[in-house]
Amino acid sequence: MSAQKIINFTPCPCQASQNGNYLAFWVKPDVLVNKFIDEPDGICNIFRCRAGHVIPLARKDIGTWMADIDDHFRESHPPLTSAQAVTEANRCYFCYDAPCTEACPTDIDVPGFIRGIASGNMAGAAIKILQENIFGGSCARVCPTEILCEHACVWTKAGGPAVQIGALQRVATDWQMAQPTHPFIRAPATGKHIAIIGAGPAGLSAAHGMARRGHDVTVYDTKPKPGGLNEYGIAAYKLVDDFAAREIEFLLGIGGITLEHNKTLGDDLSLDDLARNFDAVFLALGQAAVNMAGVTGEHLPSVRNAVDFIAELRQAPDKSALKIPRRVLVIGGGNTAIDAATQAKLLGAEDVTILYRKGRAQMSATAIEQNWALTHHVVIHFHAAPVRIESETGELCVVTESRRYPADLVLRAVGQKFHPLDGLEIENGRIKIDQNHATSHPKIFAGGDCVPGLDLTVRAVQDGKCAARAIHEFLGCD
Amino acid sequence: MADLTTYFAGIRSNNPFWLASAPPTDKAYNVERAFRAGWGGVVWKTLGEDPPIVNVSSRYGAVSLGGAAMAGFNNIELITDRPLSVNLREITQIKRDWPDRAMVVSLMVPCNETAWTKILAQVEQTGADGVELNFGCPHGMSERGMGAAVGQVPDYIEMITRWCKSHSRMPVIVKLTPNVTDIVQAARAAKDGGADAVSLINTITSITNVDLDSMSPCPSVDGRGTHGGYCGPAVKPIALRMVGEIAREPALRGLPISGIGGISSWRDAAEFIALGAGNVQVCTAAMHYGFRIIDDMISGLSNWMDGKSYSRIADFQGLAVPNFVHWDDLNLNYKSIARIDQDLCIRCGLCYAACEDTSHQSIATSNGDGARHYNVIEAECVGCNLCAHVCPVAACITMIPVHTGLPALTWKEHPNNPSSPHFTGTTDRA
Ligand SMILES: Cc1cc2nc3c(=O)[nH]c(=O)nc-3n(C[C@H](O)[C@H](O)[C@H](O)COP(=O)(O)OP(=O)(O)OC[C@H]3O[C@@H](n4cnc5c(N)ncnc54)[C@H](O)[C@@H]3O)c2cc1C
Ligand SMILES: Cc1cc2nc3c(=O)[nH]c(=O)nc-3n(C[C@H](O)[C@H](O)[C@H](O)COP(=O)(O)O)c2cc1C
Ligand code: SF4
Repeated sequence: MSAQKIINFTPCPCQASQNGNYLAFWVKPDVLVNKFIDEPDGICNIFRCRAGHVIPLARKDIGTWMADIDDHFRESHPPLTSAQAVTEANRCYFCYDAPCTEACPTDIDVPGFIRGIASGNMAGAAIKILQENIFGGSCARVCPTEILCEHACVWTKAGGPAVQIGALQRVATDWQMAQPTHPFIRAPATGKHIAIIGAGPAGLSAAHGMARRGHDVTVYDTKPKPGGLNEYGIAAYKLVDDFAAREIEFLLGIGGITLEHNKTLGDDLSLDDLARNFDAVFLALGQAAVNMAGVTGEHLPSVRNAVDFIAELRQAPDKSALKIPRRVLVIGGGNTAIDAATQAKLLGAEDVTILYRKGRAQMSATAIEQNWALTHHVVIHFHAAPVRIESETGELCVVTESRRYPADLVLRAVGQKFHPLDGLEIENGRIKIDQNHATSHPKIFAGGDCVPGLDLTVRAVQDGKCAARAIHEFLGCD
Repeated sequence: MADLTTYFAGIRSNNPFWLASAPPTDKAYNVERAFRAGWGGVVWKTLGEDPPIVNVSSRYGAVSLGGAAMAGFNNIELITDRPLSVNLREITQIKRDWPDRAMVVSLMVPCNETAWTKILAQVEQTGADGVELNFGCPHGMSERGMGAAVGQVPDYIEMITRWCKSHSRMPVIVKLTPNVTDIVQAARAAKDGGADAVSLINTITSITNVDLDSMSPCPSVDGRGTHGGYCGPAVKPIALRMVGEIAREPALRGLPISGIGGISSWRDAAEFIALGAGNVQVCTAAMHYGFRIIDDMISGLSNWMDGKSYSRIADFQGLAVPNFVHWDDLNLNYKSIARIDQDLCIRCGLCYAACEDTSHQSIATSNGDGARHYNVIEAECVGCNLCAHVCPVAACITMIPVHTGLPALTWKEHPNNPSSPHFTGTTDRA
């Protein structure tokens, strides 16, 4: 039995006793047990797998997993030890004009930094990463490397697994963040002052790039905390231990950046004022609005936006205090759907099902993300397009052409969209920019999720980096 | 930020990393790219008299170990195969375009004064910073009375070095062959001849492997092979020892040493410098990965120096030399024993097999709770380190110094040593 592992549980809906009845998911390689644990005498003997086998289980075996729900949200991919990192780094072939670098949206010199890890030059490795990507730490954790650098790794063509580039990037950036000093030095002050709206990855990447060049930067955000989706959106098990906040503290170490919270463009701030009062403006607003599924019944009380559900979970000081009902349905096929579903499961929902209107291959969540949800016993139904949501019988129900799905909570994850903004040209629903990140307004630039392109953290960071360079030139510097 | 500038034999370069005389420094195209990548200097591929030599096709052999390519590298190339005038023209142009980098020209001509006088004058006109005398090539040239044929005879080393010093104003670096019994003698001959510095090692005579189908030593040239020169990571220990021996020799004190042999990373370079080298030269690592390895070498060395508060290369140069002693100066009362970290142990048993079969039977195996355990029997362990070396897990087996309470005692003073003043035994020898 020692090889078996319980990976999930939820309090029994009957709530009969504090520590008595639990519903457990007991996983062996080939059987799934899904039965009540009854605990009169410390022996739980009514585990029954789907094949009907009874598995006796002593109470002591389940003691640890019941202890702490935070355990469920522990890191999905723990860090490499330093010995593992050196071994892994030595797998790197140090390719010329490396495909991994080509695949990285921020152009990190991957073989270069990995060589630093192999040679014991951590500072050199870290600076190589951070000079291209100041969010190298969060990108190491959240990038879908399986479709980026690691997908391009030549090892995959040589019959082996890709070098764990993300994990190695984390080793180097973690090392740097544990150092007492910031690795970059600010250029002498230029006297220029730039306003940035949005303290997400795009906005703060630009802020760092401009502060490094000697400009003063003020970053406004409507939220009480900086970080954008790093703080409010990314799945909890990807950025643990308040990493988003710690990384921003590190980034601000460059100096010259002022953060202004609870300041909303459109309410407290206007584009005209900003353009008048600052030498340049960078918009990094992300996508503040969400798409609707476009079916009737969407406004029923138990139908929520997945991003709001995730934000609430990310901000909850005590996750065990969050209420999660028994049956959760998630509508959508992207990252957000996967993250919402998996986290609902980890909070203790009994049945979590993703309804996706197309097939597996069309899903924008990568295969690794899909598997991540599946191994957490999320069920994914493909070709299941909701036609309406109803609660006529008192029971919430999502109806597709072929089936009815009763649920206690429905999470809508059918994409975010840019919240419209007056005064700037728009392209495909987002702010139109040229190759220099310039908008239709001469002093205003934009980047990240609020402009057309891939909605990934790493792309937002690259936009901020390039925009900082472009604005620097626009200001007549260099 | 540490200052990596070095003044080796009076030649300034912005970092201690030079490319050794070999294909990477064979022509302007390569050297240009190397300087652009950041190398501090080059020793141009060895020049000889016209007409140029002719190389064979199929030139390299290599030893790969456990999936690591080119752990050792072997070549049967000769000196430059391009006309002298072409080389001289390119050297002139590169030195003009890159005045802040070191340009040293390697030379090998027949063993007569006129030949050396002539080529020295030609090199001097290029504006090069110095010359390196190639007394090391172990194949092809030695059969013609050059290269290692000179380097193996201290009198010849001294004689040619003296010719060069008397016919040129340029600093003369003598490149030594490791294919000798006593490297110190060779270095001393160079010094006696007036050398400004020595560089070592050149390659080691070798055959990497034999093709068992064609029964030809490799690299195979039309079914036959010849011995070549061995270099790369595998030769670093040999090179380090030779550099250290020269550095600690009182008669050679102050003779600058350019360390060569298997240097692939900043750490290797730092080790050579700690053992007395004033700069280093690299060949195989550049041939394996390209010039861009210089990036991590520079930043790694600089970051390491910052961490240790060394602000210049000279601050740590030679610091390990006083600790490189003869065996009979080691403390026989020092004791360390192995410790196996049970949390890191993956239960492969390699330490057990090694110690049980070939060492001191100091590791116990037990299978008590259904899991295998390996533990050091401390009373038996002699501290040989074998288990720590065979262990595949980094830092799993560490050697822990044991406090014996005994004062330091060397073999020179040991009671078992018949030549020791404290000898307590009897000896048959009258
Ligand atoms: C649930 C979810 C999971 C994700 N998971 C991943 C992942 O695992 N890996 C990955 O690479 N990407 C992931 N993404 C995408 C990634 O988070 C985004 O691409 C990235 O955060 C975009 O950065 P940004 O700076 O452009 O926008 P954001 O991070 O959205 O930041 C925009 C900021 O602007 C502020 N703002 C907006 N409007 C205003 C206004 N009017 N006035 C003032 N401030 C305003 C917001 O408060 C916010 O702080 C995920 C996205 C979601 C929604
Ligand atoms: C292909 C090849 C050609 C070489 N040619 C020369 C040469 O012309 N002159 C010379 O002094 N050394 C020559 N060497 C020796 C190198 O300069 C150097 O001393 C040796 O390779 C050890 O350094 P490494 O381990 O970094 O390769 C050659 C080495 C190689 C691999
Ligand atoms: S490296 Fe390969 S391609 Fe280039 S010359 Fe040698 S054998 Fe030919």
